[in-house]
Amino acid sequence: MNAIAEKYKTVKIDDVKVWFKAAHVNDFPEDGGACVKYKDLQIAVFNFKRLNSWFACQNLSPEKEEMVLSRGMIGDHKGIPMVACPLHKKTFSLETGENLNGELEPIAIYPVKIEEENVYIGFSE
Amino acid sequence: MKHIIVVGNGMVGYKFCEKFVQKSEFKNFKITVFGEEPRPAYDRVHLSEFFENQDAKALEMAPAEWYADNNIDLITGERVSDISRQDKTIKTAKDREFSYDYLVLATGSSPFVPPIKGVEKEGVFVYRTIEDLEGMLAYAAKLKAEKPNAKAAVLGGGLLGLEAGKAVMDMGLEPHIVEFASKLMPRQLDLRSSQVLQLKLESIGLNIHLSKATNQILGNGSVVGLEFGEDDVLDVDMLIISAGIRPRDELGKNSGLEVGVRGGIVVNDKMQTSDEHIYAIGEIALYNQMIYGLVAPGYDMAGVAVEQIIGSTEVVMPADIDMSTKLKLIGVDVASFGEPFMPASKGHSIIFENKTQHLYKRINVSHDGKKLLGGILVGDASTYNMLHQIYLNGMAIPEDPSQLILPASDGASSFGDVTDLPDEAQVCSCESVTKGQICSAIENGEATDVAGVVSCTKAGTGCGGCKPMVADLTNATLKALGIEVKEGVCEHFELSRQDLYKIIQVKGYTKFNEVLDNHGTGGHGCELCKPLIASLMASINADTANKEYAIQDSNDRFLANIQRNGTYSVVPRVPGGEITPDKLIALGEIAKKYDLYTKVTGGVRIDLFGATLKQLPLIWKDLISHGFESGHAYGKSLRTVKTCVGSTWCRYGMAESVSFGIELENRYRGIRAPHKIKGGVSGCIRECAEARGKDFGLIAVEGGWNLYLGGNGGATPRHAELFAEQIDNETVIKYLDRYLMFYMRTAKPLQRTAAWQERLEGGLDYLKEVIIDDKLGIVEDLENEMQTLVNKFECEWTQAVNNPEMMKRFNHFVNSEEEDDNLVFVPMREQKMPEPWN
Repeated sequence: MNAIAEKYKTVKIDDVKVWFKAAHVNDFPEDGGACVKYKDLQIAVFNFKRLNSWFACQNLSPEKEEMVLSRGMIGDHKGIPMVACPLHKKTFSLETGENLNGELEPIAIYPVKIEEENVYIGFSE
Repeated sequence: MKHIIVVGNGMVGYKFCEKFVQKSEFKNFKITVFGEEPRPAYDRVHLSEFFENQDAKALEMAPAEWYADNNIDLITGERVSDISRQDKTIKTAKDREFSYDYLVLATGSSPFVPPIKGVEKEGVFVYRTIEDLEGMLAYAAKLKAEKPNAKAAVLGGGLLGLEAGKAVMDMGLEPHIVEFASKLMPRQLDLRSSQVLQLKLESIGLNIHLSKATNQILGNGSVVGLEFGEDDVLDVDMLIISAGIRPRDELGKNSGLEVGVRGGIVVNDKMQTSDEHIYAIGEIALYNQMIYGLVAPGYDMAGVAVEQIIGSTEVVMPADIDMSTKLKLIGVDVASFGEPFMPASKGHSIIFENKTQHLYKRINVSHDGKKLLGGILVGDASTYNMLHQIYLNGMAIPEDPSQLILPASDGASSFGDVTDLPDEAQVCSCESVTKGQICSAIENGEATDVAGVVSCTKAGTGCGGCKPMVADLTNATLKALGIEVKEGVCEHFELSRQDLYKIIQVKGYTKFNEVLDNHGTGGHGCELCKPLIASLMASINADTANKEYAIQDSNDRFLANIQRNGTYSVVPRVPGGEITPDKLIALGEIAKKYDLYTKVTGGVRIDLFGATLKQLPLIWKDLISHGFESGHAYGKSLRTVKTCVGSTWCRYGMAESVSFGIELENRYRGIRAPHKIKGGVSGCIRECAEARGKDFGLIAVEGGWNLYLGGNGGATPRHAELFAEQIDNETVIKYLDRYLMFYMRTAKPLQRTAAWQERLEGGLDYLKEVIIDDKLGIVEDLENEMQTLVNKFECEWTQAVNNPEMMKRFNHFVNSEEEDDNLVFVPMREQKMPEPWN
């Protein structure tokens, strides 16, 4: 794994030190995503309207290390909320980051909260 | 360990090995196979397919590695020249000696070349091996270069001769069939059915000459004609002899085995020759004083020989061998089963004939009207499998047997169901697979679909004629077990694409969630059903991809093609490939302004690579201001209509291919389909636009356009099929509207026209009935639907750049104006490219 992928580590809700105010809820499409910049990180944030939930993960696809996951389609695979990478349709769980249709490294997952119609992403630093 | 030597590596010789390795006793044996040809055994039954793809590998029964993997020594390119029965050894043409415990002769047959004066001339071929075909292809290519309308004749109007006639057509030569008898396929067909077949073949361009005895082959060095009588000469530039076969029995003769008067090595019902250690199988074996030239009895003989050698001596060849056969000759169904010609003393015949539709059906029924004894089908053999089963199993037939061949007036089948067959009914005669074996493969869980049944029973892997029946049986058995036969598009929909199309059309859905909530299986959709439903709603409601962009496929979402580093490429439409110098300059300047890698695409358009998400709308604003519009290179929709320059400039052009190509491209642009669609228009038969490799292709001929449909490049190249000839522009558009709309309604997800057309039940004939004859009564709807789509066309890029809300999605970050800092480009040939992947 090279340097760029190592920057992304899953953050558990208990480890959140910084809640970063990313954007207004309306800046994200319903049942779709957009990319948020935080320091030198790129985070894909998804408005999973059908579940009334929000998810965040690294924007970096672990397959070829391109910044594209926020442009992927979301949905579910056997009930697990997932995002499909737009390059080769590799799917990743939005809950655990696990690659659902292959053997790729899991992606990093970040907590999301909504306050007063604003989207916050949780980071540990 | 006993050593078996198999002489001959044809279809039957291979089958012997295949059946042997499946036996547990195989561990006590060692097999060595000799083949005279340079390559391992291939499927000679489908030899004419070699002309379509020239892919010898595709015809192989098994690759060379298969023999090695199964511990069989395969020695190709080495003929066995002698047998010494006393020492139980053989000698090869390379003078090597091998000893055997059992010898299996499967040397097959060679084409019979009648002793006509001049057969040695250049340009005379036989039709048997891939090498023969390669020789023919090379000669035909040479002929065509010298003479555009060269002719070739086939001597012999039997089954193989007609196959060779197809080969001649495929090579682009004018085909002639010369037959000594007064009818075609004299062994299989009666006079009337033969005449129907002749009419049909003539209608597709075969020239047929019956009752012709060839006196000599004319020409000085190479063939120039055939002489039948004094003033009866046929000018031809090439001749293919297909006048029957002769068993390759010289090994048997020389070693003193008993042979028949007219050739063939005599065998008993154990497939043993007059020497008990030597077996003969396939076209070399003379059994019941007959040579069986079909593959199914050859396979049975291979099976009997295997059983005899491993000691199951009770397995013998039956006395009656079923010679029923069904084939597609040059696209025409021909089948005969049981006793095709029956003397009136044994029963009576019922005949249905329609010469205008080139149909002939005959069944022979016992005097008491209870048993089917045989029959002939020409033009439509869709009922062959059922009739054949009724005959084989002595099943009851309707009180009025004519129902078996007359078109049913109420649409009801006269046959009942495939499930009515007895378990022992042989469904696949090439591989001897019974109905019981197929059903039990499913019942005991070995197979869950047609592909599984085929791979575990081998049914349908021979001539393939039984495939529809295998599919019916599989589906019926699954159904009986309560297993639903699923055609659903993904885990979220059990419905097929065709069903979803109808539902969305009838219910008027415009949102993904409406379809999912009302017709899905629960869940939230996925990368399979979202773009599919987006495409269906676009096809039905004439929407662009700007609507509900989060369900659009990767490329449609940003109206551009995502490239490997996450940047995009931009392809403006250049209809028919015609572009003004000013527009060409504009393209160059825009590419320069945004530093885009520039290349002419495979579809003769100009592609600009390396645009970031943020740059896309800026680039498009510039392009639109110079009069460009979206080229839909990113969509499952019409790409280009490629054109040659046609009569506008070309001295050979017969029509204005560019003008018509532009008209067609502008007509169908932007329409969402199951997959991408490409068109081509050529101004003459030189076909510079390669129109036959496209989903729809037009070639200008005297008196109009020839319309070809269902072509494809890509991974499975396929030439488009000729659909209509010499039609005018208006008719082309009418047929294309109907064809494309019918494809959009009924294809599977991501199925190109080629694959769709190939799997369409009833094939091209059915397609013609639907589109030209309006069999389903839908052409008016199809035309209206298409016209609505054409009228509602809107450039989705113009729509996007003029709408601030839509523009919001073209930002890399939602909270920053910055670009993706992960992009790295490296220089290449004065342009740039993304840093290579590791």
